[in-house]
Amino acid sequence: MSNYNLTHLAELEAESIFILREVLAQFEHPCILFSGGKDSIVVTHLAKKAFHPAKIPFPLVHIDTGHNFPETLLFRDRLVQELGVNLIIGSVQESIDSGRASEERGKNASRNALQTVTLLDTIDTHQFDACIGGARRDEEKARAKERFFSHRDEFGQWDPKNQRPELWNLFNGKQHHGEHFRVFPLSNWTEMDIWQYILLDQITIPSLYFSHQRQVIRRHNTWLPLSEFTQLAANEEVVTKKIRFRTLGDITITGGDESTANTLEKIVLEVASARQTERGNREDDKRSETSMEDRKKQGYF
Amino acid sequence: MSGYLDMELLRFTTAGSVDDGKSTLIGRLLYDTKSIFEDQLEQVKQSSTRKGLDQTDLSLLTDGLKDERLQGITIDVAYRYFATPKRKFIIADTPGHIQYTRNMVTGASTANCALILIDARHGVVEQTCRHAIIASLLQIPHLIVCINKMDLVNYQEATFEKLKNDFTNFSSKLDTKDIRFIPISALNGDNVVNRSSQMTWYQGSTLLYTLETMHIGSDYNHIDCRFPVQTVIRPKSDAYHDYRGYAGRVAGGVFKPGDEITVLPSGFTSKIKSIDTFHGPIQEAFAPMSITIQLTDDVDVSRGDMLVRSNNQPSVQQDIDIMMCWLHNQSPKPKAKYLLKHTTSEVKAMIKEIRYKLDINTLHRNEQDLEIRMNDIARVQIRTTKPLLIDPYKKNRITGSLILIDEATYQTVAAGMII
Repeated sequence: MSNYNLTHLAELEAESIFILREVLAQFEHPCILFSGGKDSIVVTHLAKKAFHPAKIPFPLVHIDTGHNFPETLLFRDRLVQELGVNLIIGSVQESIDSGRASEERGKNASRNALQTVTLLDTIDTHQFDACIGGARRDEEKARAKERFFSHRDEFGQWDPKNQRPELWNLFNGKQHHGEHFRVFPLSNWTEMDIWQYILLDQITIPSLYFSHQRQVIRRHNTWLPLSEFTQLAANEEVVTKKIRFRTLGDITITGGDESTANTLEKIVLEVASARQTERGNREDDKRSETSMEDRKKQGYF
Repeated sequence: MSGYLDMELLRFTTAGSVDDGKSTLIGRLLYDTKSIFEDQLEQVKQSSTRKGLDQTDLSLLTDGLKDERLQGITIDVAYRYFATPKRKFIIADTPGHIQYTRNMVTGASTANCALILIDARHGVVEQTCRHAIIASLLQIPHLIVCINKMDLVNYQEATFEKLKNDFTNFSSKLDTKDIRFIPISALNGDNVVNRSSQMTWYQGSTLLYTLETMHIGSDYNHIDCRFPVQTVIRPKSDAYHDYRGYAGRVAGGVFKPGDEITVLPSGFTSKIKSIDTFHGPIQEAFAPMSITIQLTDDVDVSRGDMLVRSNNQPSVQQDIDIMMCWLHNQSPKPKAKYLLKHTTSEVKAMIKEIRYKLDINTLHRNEQDLEIRMNDIARVQIRTTKPLLIDPYKKNRITGSLILIDEATYQTVAAGMII
């Protein structure tokens, strides 16, 4: 019969590009939520492909907690320059200074939850009606029920029980004033697909994903990087290990794995044999069984 | 290492109720293909213990939202992923109760294959028929009927053969051509990933092998050329000053540079100058590729238009007969207007006539009770403000499908398959 078959990566790419083009066609002020992690890098790469030879028609928005890996910021600035797109920064520090958000206290304090305030304020200030994110359904059980076009009410909230059905290739981005959409072009990708695709397209990613020497402390079964924000407990010891990060979030909550994988090929092999999920090292997801669902309902990424 | 460059993608849907072992089957597929991580399994073990269960309940792996966990049911479509060296699989896991027909329809809309579970002790029941009818209505090309819980009927060949017969008698009324039967025990893993040592009489393939090898290359229409334009790419940069590309996803047929095409609805004709991608021009494009087409002539083309081969065109219609699944808890109001989305175009529409409602357990046509409620499937005629460029759904699932959106709430209220 026919040989009109696509590989799984080609089909996923075609689907994501279709979604990105729908965003341009259906919304007035879309943006890409860019964290500097591999998923938002892949989304940005797909946007570059979707509108080639034109520039990406959306600004990148970075919700900056102030608790970044320095490498992430350097990477972000270089990418923005290369693509010739606008960068908009929403600062969590400013939200704290202006009293819109208040800092958590204690050894495990993080600014993860505070991002929601800054994110919703940034969306409001710039009147974004569609925020494209890199979330994937395989990441977490609350995300498994997420739509490609995910509606948010005027408070930025997600109502998982009242989602619009999504059928075929028909996406409904209709909204009332003040509401917005989160759009997830990578919905159907898995962690493995992302790495295979990064390898296939030779996409540049931050050096943090590759094995490197780093000062770390052992906490909650993971290697947390030592940073200016670390509050050491009496029994905690700083050691140097060869590690790499499987996901990138704030430096205060992102744990690394011991690894010698220093090339994309080796990372793909490592991911293939991994026995733990990638978010297992994320302190933000460990707080309760429904911590992602609860944060998402509030307006989190 | 380079194996991933040969992998294909297969989307399948499962439908089932609490007791027919659907969650156990999915849990089994994920577990036996080593798609479950230790921390996920640990979480499920802890939840099982908290619930006072003696065994780890693999079905908890497919639990989603808080309410679903509290009630022990699936409410919404959940998507699961696993891969083998041959294929990547996307499971649209949908609840099987009649009140969730809308979710089954949603999950079925993009599937290559439907998995139907029959409890070997209970045989073909109402729910089995419902799932098969929905799979057929939604034109899912392949159907796998898993006769489950074979361990509870002593792995008897006679039981399997009888149920196979029963189902075949019923399914002769359906459109589905490719139907396969597999005797399994999801609980014990017989014929799911590994061949059963209890059913040596069964000569067919295991479920996973079937999923890995069934031919899906013809599931898209590669005959009738259809290219709905999504957006126009005009870089306006020095390097691409006069570039004007029509971006979209091929919905059918094979497009090549040099092809004579007609732009619909305007009727202008032109030729394909090039088919562009980020990695450069390509020599042919087919569904479901996302591409950009340049034409040799400067004709007016915008979103909602369709490029087709001049000698093979869709029909252009304003009065359209559809099978409609109503998705919303408010019934349609008489003469109400809706927004209609079809490929990349959007028009207004109203439901002109309700011809009959379909009983999705028996295929019986009800012409008496014509009030449409949530989860009903009905044959209706709609009228649109502007003509649509349509194909029958049986011929093309992309150019043959549409949705209706409520003008006031913007909720998606109906899904339609063009007859």
